[in-house]
Amino acid sequence: MSATNMDLLRFATAGSVDDGKSTLIGRLLLDSKAIFEDQLEAVEATSSAKGYDYTDLALLTDGLRSEREQGITIDVAYRYFATPNRKFIIADTPGHVQYTRNMVTGASTADLGLVLVDARQGLTEQSRRHAVILSLLRVPHLVLAVNKMDLVDFDQSIYENIYREFTQFATKLNVPDLEVIPISALQGDNVVTRSENMPWYSGPTLMHHLEHVHVASDRDLIDARFPVQYVIRPKSDEFHDYRGYAGQIAGGVLKPGDEVVVLPSGMTSRIAKIDLFDQEVPEAFPPMSVTVHLEDDVDVSRGDMIARVKNAPTPSQDIDAMICWMTTTPLQPRQKLAIKHTTRTGRALVKDVQYRLDVNTLHRDQGAGELGVNEIGRVTLRTTVPLLCDPYSKNRTTGSFVLIDEATGVTVGAGMING
Amino acid sequence: MTQTHSDYRLSQLDQLEAESIHIFREVAAEFEKPVLMFSGGKDSIVMMRLAEKAFYPAKIPFPVLQVDTGYDFPEVLATRDNWVDRLGVKLIVASVEQALADGIVIDDGKTSRNRHQIGTLLNAIEENGFTAAFGGGRRDEEKARAKERVYSHRDEFGQWDPKNQRPELWSLYNGRLHEGEHMRIFPISNWTELDIWDYIGREGIEIPSIYFSHQRRVFLRDGMLLSESEHNPLRDGEVAEERTVRFRTVGDLTLTGCVESTASTIPEIIEEVAVARVTERGATRGDDRFSEAAMEDRKKEGYF
Ligand SMILES: Nc1nc2c(ncn2[C@@H]2O[C@H](COP(=O)(O)OP(=O)(O)O)[C@@H](O)[C@H]2O)c(=O)[nH]1
Ligand SMILES: [Mg+2]
Repeated sequence: MSATNMDLLRFATAGSVDDGKSTLIGRLLLDSKAIFEDQLEAVEATSSAKGYDYTDLALLTDGLRSEREQGITIDVAYRYFATPNRKFIIADTPGHVQYTRNMVTGASTADLGLVLVDARQGLTEQSRRHAVILSLLRVPHLVLAVNKMDLVDFDQSIYENIYREFTQFATKLNVPDLEVIPISALQGDNVVTRSENMPWYSGPTLMHHLEHVHVASDRDLIDARFPVQYVIRPKSDEFHDYRGYAGQIAGGVLKPGDEVVVLPSGMTSRIAKIDLFDQEVPEAFPPMSVTVHLEDDVDVSRGDMIARVKNAPTPSQDIDAMICWMTTTPLQPRQKLAIKHTTRTGRALVKDVQYRLDVNTLHRDQGAGELGVNEIGRVTLRTTVPLLCDPYSKNRTTGSFVLIDEATGVTVGAGMING
Repeated sequence: MTQTHSDYRLSQLDQLEAESIHIFREVAAEFEKPVLMFSGGKDSIVMMRLAEKAFYPAKIPFPVLQVDTGYDFPEVLATRDNWVDRLGVKLIVASVEQALADGIVIDDGKTSRNRHQIGTLLNAIEENGFTAAFGGGRRDEEKARAKERVYSHRDEFGQWDPKNQRPELWSLYNGRLHEGEHMRIFPISNWTELDIWDYIGREGIEIPSIYFSHQRRVFLRDGMLLSESEHNPLRDGEVAEERTVRFRTVGDLTLTGCVESTASTIPEIIEEVAVARVTERGATRGDDRFSEAAMEDRKKEGYF
């Protein structure tokens, strides 16, 4: 088995405590043989030391000592497994409302969100919140796994009620693709192998869906965006005049000969060539890391953006964004913060908190005035440098930013630009 | 060479490479004094390759730091020197022996060389004023690492606080530091052991010969096959004999075990790794076995 031609799916999991998230991930890892004997033995030993009569697969994923002690998952943990055609990166995120920021973190890079519910409890406030967060972060594919079907006698009507209720709720969200799958994480029903206990279910198993969901078309291949990260100037005899702009393509396709504009200066030129290490490539697209050369000797540095002349973002210092606040001192008007957007760093002044979004009900509280930790709301910022941005709904890379507390250096907010 | 496809798909290995190169460039742009921690092992060799690609045709714009335990495999040091020569980077060697002699780290007679590396490393980082140190840690290696950020903040004492990590979103990395602090950077966080081998195979790059099957005089200790060596005196009841082996990780030779294997090419190694039943650390690293939380504890103190 070689990974050279495999593709990649990043997914984030969410569920309330005890819905079976850790058990499910443990099973995916075990059944795809990503778990090794020594890891399984350690978990079996711990399980029997705790007096369990089954192997607690959750122990495979609950990593930090304090988590094992408290028995809950408090931070995003990344897990890896692969099937012959796809590698998977799981961002395993905690479910509690006080860990919303961790879920936002895990969802930020995900192609797919996996929300667990306990079949006995049905949809809860938490499951709705998880779906809201995943849709706010524009995770394009959503799976609702109705877990613990073994504890409700694999009853079809229980599944169908949850299905109906959830699809109804999802119409209020941005969910381009939804799948609802009845499973038992503990026993393995519909996880990797089709359940004999639920002949009434004709949809895919969870693993089959993860392996086949189409993610290549989720990227924006129209609007070319190239944030310049680093200028490569070897200053060696062999490469005396070499001047390349290194970065990762954030959107669209760039080709030699393309007419481009450099922002914010507005200077125009053409792409002379695109290097990938010591090779020239005929085109570059997301998420390739390449080095772009321009025909003209224009002034380009880190923080600039190369885009198409007729399709470029408008530089803006007035930013309207949804912000998830991540620290205990609240976000308030007149606060000053550092902002990092693509490869640009500047400062931002909070002009206004327009509303706080209740992520359980989608209610907008216009009188809130501030955002507390783990709260999400719509905020207006004024930045010291123009941001070369797109709406987050169009491009998750050029539409996102982080806010940093200038005194502590800590990341305190995550922003998604409206438009 | 990377192929571009008409359907604009990038293989997972190319995606991982692109992500890692992005991280290298980000750090080079934002940190005053980065350094690459190079052990000579396969993970740090992949890091070297990625750094080479990130800045080509310019030289890698930071030095390479190796912590020399005094118990390193000679084959590993030879590979290190070849890489350093070929890329023309500056090599800084921080010696555990020297740190012990200078009293920077204290030998209580019970602690392994691996633990002495912590003090030696932190001292080298502080002495040179490094603000960012690239490490070859992967999240698939171990449970504590699974939660570690790509930019992992270290306080003035070089310590990691796992419960107080900065949120890390999208590919927006926050490199802010206070005086005396530094950042550990893990550009291959999302690679698995199999990815590393696939990449080494695809790139055709040099790795230490001890990763490939060879004849070696070995003996059994604590369930591990250790290499016979002057640094590794045999204890009562231990007998050395020649076996056909290879190493899955390289580290301190008094603690790093080998496995019996006839895999002598990268494809054979990949085949072996793909069906392996024991993690590379569990099989062959004495330092991780002392307790279930061994790695977490060492990381908090400032281990790689
Ligand atoms: N009967 C049954 N129990 C389950 C199932 N999935 C998880 N559990 C149990 O539910 C409890 C919580 O599971 P865990 O995976 O730790 O939940 P988490 O908090 O969401 O990570 C554990 O006792 C599991 O064994 C299932 O499908 N069926
Ligand atoms: Mg859990």
